[in-house]
Amino acid sequence: MDAVTDTVTLTHLQRLEAESIHIMREVVAETEKPVMLYSVGKDSAVMLHLARKAFYPSPPPFPLLHVDTTWKFKAMYELRDKMAQESGMELLVYQNPEAKAKGINPFDHGPLHTDMWKTEGLKQALDKYGFDAAFGGARRDEEKSRAKERIFSFRSTNHRWDPKSQRPELWNIYNARKAKGESIRVFPISNWTELDIWQYIHLENIPIVPLYFAAKRPTVQRDGLTIMVDDDRFPFAPGEVPEMKSIRFRTLGCYPLSGAVESEAKTLPEVIQEMLLTTTSERQGRVIDKDAGGASMEKKKQEGYF
Amino acid sequence: MSETTTKESSYVTDELIASDIDAYLIKHQHKSLLRFITCGSVDDGKSTLIGRLLYDSKMIFEDQLAAVEADSKKFGTQGQNIDFALLVDGLAAEREQGITIDVAYRFFATEKRKFIVADTPGHEQYTRNMVTGASTADLAVILIDARKGVLTQTRRHSYLAHLIGIRNLVVAVNKMDLIGYDHDRYDAIVAEYRQFATSIGIKNFTPMPISGFKGDNITSKSENTPWYTGPSLMQHLESVELDVTADQAKKFRLPVQWVNRPNLDFRGFSGLVSSGVVKPGDAVRVLPSGKTSTVTRIVTYDGDLPQAVAGQSVTLTFADEVDCSRGDVITLADEPVQVADQFEVNLVWMSDEALIPGRSYWIKIGTQLVSASIHAPKYTVNVNTLEHVAAKTLELNAIGVTNIVTDKPIPFEAYADNRALGGFIVIDKMTNATVGAGMINFSLRRSQNVHWQALDVSRESRAKLKNQQAGVLWFTGLSGAGKSTIANLVEKKLLRMNRHTFLLDGDNVRHGLNKDLGFTDADRIENIRRVGEVAKLMTDAGLIVVTAFISPFRSERELVRSMVAPGEFIEIFIDTSLEDAEKRDVKGLYKKARAGELKNFTGIDSPYEAPQQPEIHIDTSKLTAEEAADLIIAKLIP
Repeated sequence: MDAVTDTVTLTHLQRLEAESIHIMREVVAETEKPVMLYSVGKDSAVMLHLARKAFYPSPPPFPLLHVDTTWKFKAMYELRDKMAQESGMELLVYQNPEAKAKGINPFDHGPLHTDMWKTEGLKQALDKYGFDAAFGGARRDEEKSRAKERIFSFRSTNHRWDPKSQRPELWNIYNARKAKGESIRVFPISNWTELDIWQYIHLENIPIVPLYFAAKRPTVQRDGLTIMVDDDRFPFAPGEVPEMKSIRFRTLGCYPLSGAVESEAKTLPEVIQEMLLTTTSERQGRVIDKDAGGASMEKKKQEGYF
Repeated sequence: MSETTTKESSYVTDELIASDIDAYLIKHQHKSLLRFITCGSVDDGKSTLIGRLLYDSKMIFEDQLAAVEADSKKFGTQGQNIDFALLVDGLAAEREQGITIDVAYRFFATEKRKFIVADTPGHEQYTRNMVTGASTADLAVILIDARKGVLTQTRRHSYLAHLIGIRNLVVAVNKMDLIGYDHDRYDAIVAEYRQFATSIGIKNFTPMPISGFKGDNITSKSENTPWYTGPSLMQHLESVELDVTADQAKKFRLPVQWVNRPNLDFRGFSGLVSSGVVKPGDAVRVLPSGKTSTVTRIVTYDGDLPQAVAGQSVTLTFADEVDCSRGDVITLADEPVQVADQFEVNLVWMSDEALIPGRSYWIKIGTQLVSASIHAPKYTVNVNTLEHVAAKTLELNAIGVTNIVTDKPIPFEAYADNRALGGFIVIDKMTNATVGAGMINFSLRRSQNVHWQALDVSRESRAKLKNQQAGVLWFTGLSGAGKSTIANLVEKKLLRMNRHTFLLDGDNVRHGLNKDLGFTDADRIENIRRVGEVAKLMTDAGLIVVTAFISPFRSERELVRSMVAPGEFIEIFIDTSLEDAEKRDVKGLYKKARAGELKNFTGIDSPYEAPQQPEIHIDTSKLTAEEAADLIIAKLIP
């Protein structure tokens, strides 16, 4: 070594960032047709930001894919289009034609809504474009069964996940080899926690959907959740009137399925503060996890949900 | 809530969160990251310890706690108390069976550090899982049940942690509450452990008396162990040196992941710095080519950097147009890494299918993917007794020392010096599964000093003189399919056309070159490998080589294909049903095999893997041998 260099201590966010970038570059180098699943949520926002860093000064060498349900918040569609344009990446939007034809919606069809628009829609989109690797923004701290998910997760030709035959992952060496027809779901932010995500958004000034911040919004109560009325498709009970409340969201999905929390947190530091002082876990606000008992997310994953 | 949750933990309630969130955030942006692994079985209180660490750091929310309280009543082993073990359990099937089958990663943070814990439960899959979890760890916590002392599994955990190169070992003597915080008993356990540790080459470890259940010496020093002067577990985890920091003092190495070329004016080399420091102006060398240049910029999205250190993902640009691609390693010019193609390695086998010595596997080391053959192990290590045992192969969870040969020289470092350039995974070429993990001890010879003799007369000129293109006509099929008959006819016809040929026949080769080989899978593989090498030399001589071997395994045929020049391997599948081959039975072999007199006979008690896309496919039920030979000639020489 040349002249004495002071040792630099990398922060946990710098380490996580370097790891995610390393993972994305491995995928681009070793797969034929990668794609980034972009759901417009905060995790997607971080993932997109990391992709732009990983390949700079080149734009990320893959498109963004939004598996749309037609029931996302309006503000999500706006940010989606803006970010695609800003990043210089191609945006592919896929809506399951069968779900569209049958008018599948969260009010009338319950779990079928998620199954057809998201699970089936994702499989159809991956098959249609022939993607052999898809980046997803799942994190290991989100839910118990995710703690054991690999960073590279292999799916059979019909997209099924078999928790019993996943490959061991050692060091930072990823085995991306696969047979024709098989595909990989890659989770570059596996080791980030919810707090890491928020801190990083704060530090890097990453644009996120304004719904994460508190504002007065029209709400109704449904099955113990506070639901925001985002458009005129919302079916009111007879005599029901939306109530204006200061709310924000911890996770975003289809608006009729996303539970809001009452909050006054209007800035990122305030959101983080609330998060640190809160006592319920992040996915609590999502209807879909409660469908089939404790192990429902795991069951969904085996069927091909991300 | 149970009594176990009442103990205050100093690092949880941070008043700054409520009073001044901005100050809190600034403080918490400067945390470092420590990864560690906990080793022990459920009986040692490992899950309880992890559960407590998560609980104390407020990584468990009320809804999760409510779920665990419900589960505790259903599955728990702690009576009415919260079973912390249930907090760190995962998949549904496992929960029902009461066992976990994998590595799970948990997260928690204190004011100083973020932690990632690899949780690898103990049972028969232990070796594979622990090696996986330990491969990314800076530190290992070895749990010892104070009532039981140093057990076989303690030795096993310690051996594996040491094998995988973990520098920081914490020996946590747990359940101190159950032995009345007995100082003498603790000292005796530590002394016994020290003796064992020294015997396997562990130089340092940090012992501490704890109780995961009661919380003694976990987050703060316990009043129950006034005789203990060391740090609490958390204090130790917060202050121990990180590998990534220690790596900065080593020589600069960057394995190239990706060449960044947005346009003709920019050519950058992207990768994660595995060790050392690099600055613009540094003279660098690219291995294995040995070409040198100077770093001009360290490019990132956030602007150019004045230096890059171990642990950072960066993109370098050079002053010269140097050939550099994925798999190459960038070093400082006067501190290159070695390049070699033969190594002694430690190998951990991770697949239900045992290692087949001599077979070709993929090896991924750093960012390089190379083909390699693995020799039969010199010995395996019994992880319980640490005895060396003679072995012909490696079964699931076996650890052995063996030699490997890669198909081309690769830049590397001994694993003890650099995990990133000395650790590798082994990939099965057919299933693509990760079947093993290896660590390079040293190279068997410095290949950089043994250059391939470049011959003045080229293989092309030799073939040209014979007025032909060299190649290998590889006949494969069941015994009695007609390989030798058709191959003979093909050779005769080629001879008549003034082509220079040579026929390698299975039976004939086994009388000489390969007479030391039998018919086990391993011997069959070695048989084909040798034939492949001979065929390769003959194609270099410009010959058309005709071979007739059953060659039942797809991967060996693919190995030979990869040995000769592209396009020179012509696979000819002589396709006969087993029924027809058995009916013909020219040599009477099927009869013997059916009678049990011949073992490992292809088609009877040894498999035949038919080619999926042979260059030429001959269906013997439709063609005579003469017609088949004509068809082959027609395809070869249009």
